Amino acid sequence: MKLRLRRLTDLVLNHSSLVFLACILIYYGLQAPAFLSVESLGNIVKQSSFIGVAALGTTLVLMTAGIDLSVGAVMFLAPLVAGMAMKHLGIPVPAGFLVSVLTGALLGAINALFIVKLRVVPFIVTLATMFLFRGFGIWLTSSTQFDFSEDMRRFGLSSLFGIPTPIVIFALVAVLIYVLLNHTQFGRQIYALGNDREAARKAGLKTARIEAAVYVISGACAAISGFVMIAQIGRLDAGFGEGREFDVIAAAILGGASFFGGVGTAFGAVLGAILIQAAKLGLVFTGVNLYLQPVVLGMIIFLAVFADAVRTRRLTNKLKRTIRPLTRS
Amino acid sequence: MNELLAVKNLSKAWFGVPANSNLSFSIAQGTVTGIIGQNGAGKSTLMGMLGGTVLPSGGEMFWRGQPYQPRDAADAIKAGIGFIHQELNLFTNLSVAENLYIDGFPRRMGLIDWKAITQRTREILARLDLDFDPMIQVGRLSPGERQLVEIARALHNEASLLIFDEPTTSLTPRETERLFATIDGLKAEGRTIIYISHILSDVQRLADRVIVLRDGKLVEQGPADQFTIPLMIRSMIGRDMGGLFPARSNKPQPDPILVAQNLTQPGVVEDVSLTIHKGEIVGLFGLMGSGRTELARILFGLDPFQSGRISIEGKSPEQGPRARIEAGMAFVTEERRAEGLMMDASIAENLTLVQLDGFGAGRLGILDRWSMVERTEQSRTELSIKAANIQEQPAKALSGGNQQKVVIGKWQIGNPRLFILDEPTRGVDVGAKFEIYSLVDKIAAEGGGVLMISSELDELLGMADRIVVMNRGEVTGEIAREQFDRERILAMAFREVIA
Repeated sequence: MKLRLRRLTDLVLNHSSLVFLACILIYYGLQAPAFLSVESLGNIVKQSSFIGVAALGTTLVLMTAGIDLSVGAVMFLAPLVAGMAMKHLGIPVPAGFLVSVLTGALLGAINALFIVKLRVVPFIVTLATMFLFRGFGIWLTSSTQFDFSEDMRRFGLSSLFGIPTPIVIFALVAVLIYVLLNHTQFGRQIYALGNDREAARKAGLKTARIEAAVYVISGACAAISGFVMIAQIGRLDAGFGEGREFDVIAAAILGGASFFGGVGTAFGAVLGAILIQAAKLGLVFTGVNLYLQPVVLGMIIFLAVFADAVRTRRLTNKLKRTIRPLTRS
Repeated sequence: MNELLAVKNLSKAWFGVPANSNLSFSIAQGTVTGIIGQNGAGKSTLMGMLGGTVLPSGGEMFWRGQPYQPRDAADAIKAGIGFIHQELNLFTNLSVAENLYIDGFPRRMGLIDWKAITQRTREILARLDLDFDPMIQVGRLSPGERQLVEIARALHNEASLLIFDEPTTSLTPRETERLFATIDGLKAEGRTIIYISHILSDVQRLADRVIVLRDGKLVEQGPADQFTIPLMIRSMIGRDMGGLFPARSNKPQPDPILVAQNLTQPGVVEDVSLTIHKGEIVGLFGLMGSGRTELARILFGLDPFQSGRISIEGKSPEQGPRARIEAGMAFVTEERRAEGLMMDASIAENLTLVQLDGFGAGRLGILDRWSMVERTEQSRTELSIKAANIQEQPAKALSGGNQQKVVIGKWQIGNPRLFILDEPTRGVDVGAKFEIYSLVDKIAAEGGGVLMISSELDELLGMADRIVVMNRGEVTGEIAREQFDRERILAMAFREVIA
């Protein structure tokens, strides 16, 4: 009986994001049936795509037991650079999108340089670049609002076969990350590195290269997120993306990635992002006091991180080195 | 016989201290060579040199008659040497097949060719008579099965020499039997094996030849049937001592300080009972992985135990190390650098760390700096710490021996009645060792109890009133000073008497 209960809690812990999402949908659905309408659900997915793409990148970083706090700043700076290129060089939006992605990758490479080559811990490096990247952007704009051309908004509100472009991009990135993680050597080596860095080195993996690539991808994903989000409103002000890194990290953790590395999936990141958005939107639907909403959201995120800690502790207990055989077997 | 590996005058010194000196031996293809020796005899260094992770400081190695100079682990793998380590190097979050191919997956159009790797993994597993699914996660396998996956990995790399380093430590008897059958099979295939183990009966069962290392030197080698177990033990030990230890200045008193009864924690210790009396130095001996340190951690409240009882001076302490410290216990850890000292803090700060409470002047809890200076200067004299200014100098400026004195000293300030010393003289030179031994003797002479854990049997023979021997988490014997017998103690540690 006790064992069965333990199995059940293991099952819940291992699929905590699905369980959370189901709870949220059911709870808000009962409170406000309109919450479960097709339109509202579509809205949730669309809204979640903005942080979802960045969460996919962050999942890779977390998988190596690293962290990227500069996500919010990259969301701000990379589209800004793209916007300036579009304005001054007159390049079209798709080219601007590319510039944004490349800028994001470059910013990620700066993180990677400090982390891998100079061996500074990721937390410190990305905390510094978080201020650095934003500061640079504020210097570029003199802290004023930056207006994009009308084409940008048209791109943001466009759709493909009836599906809003942000969702299409979200789905594309998710599939790409999924294939990368599950069907390429690089992806499997990320898992290996996150599981046991020392063993990865002993097995002859190029650990530095893997770790660096992860930050570059995270930068590129954050840039895509930022670009798509800005395209919704067509302008950019100095505070854009500030604090977003925490939404993104929370989404990744909710999706099953762990601060301790070695676990996480593309599907999980998608789920985590949708979960956060559903929780946020549900609060609006049910008319919870505007000022209470961050508190409730904070509690949900705390629960998710707590589940991660419990899960990890269970796992390490299971894998603890024993010096004599357990009599059970 | 075909020579696969030859080693000539191979030496390695770490910062001038020899770990291996002038090793010469050769290994014929298709044979099993057992390598035995006490902890610190130089086995790991030798394996490191063969595996490319340790660079020799002298001598040569030959692989299939050609000079062999591996620069890193990849070179050794390429040559055909596979290691099966005691602590497994597998990725528990990946499948068996992925573990085999992690450094180079076969690919089709850039993507992993899953069909090919499951197919080939299944073939390799079949060769080892393993019937599990190539896609099963390694984390879900038992320790024994993981060991076999490591072998599969070596086979996948086409290793012709497989080196097993203490492979049976965490295996059940059944898993061990299975491993041995596999090793027999590998040998029949013409593969060559080096088998390192503390379990001498296993070495006897498997090996064709035996090599004995002691103090970094090769002291004996020959066909396995010439080596009886007592002979193996005798050639692993055997060093003169005398003048290395201070005379014990007191006899233990009859009243117990620490009584531990039937301590059990699954997978760690089994039914361990231990008593330490006032003024007594109890030596705890065991090989690496015998559970000595684990027992100490349980006694000190750092790790839990499932059943059994601990009482200190007749009272059972509450959980956790804080309560043990209050009950009068002190723990000097094995990892001086990592756990025992704050390297950048001053010597005085380190000395007062454990007993900061004792220096709180008045109710506000503001530290009384003057009494701290006074007390630490007193410790410095008592312990004869060799430093110019203990208030200013950081702990890292001290030699290993003096660092150890600081670690012991910081506990002494609280006047504990029971000391657990885990490897107190590791990495300490001979002169400082003597001072530490004198300190230990003084603690006992003042009525304190000491549990001294060491892998150096000699220092326990020199200092202890009684020696308790552990093997695989169990107490396998206990001997009083009058009956100290090196061979008997080693036999208990290697468990040949009990087995």
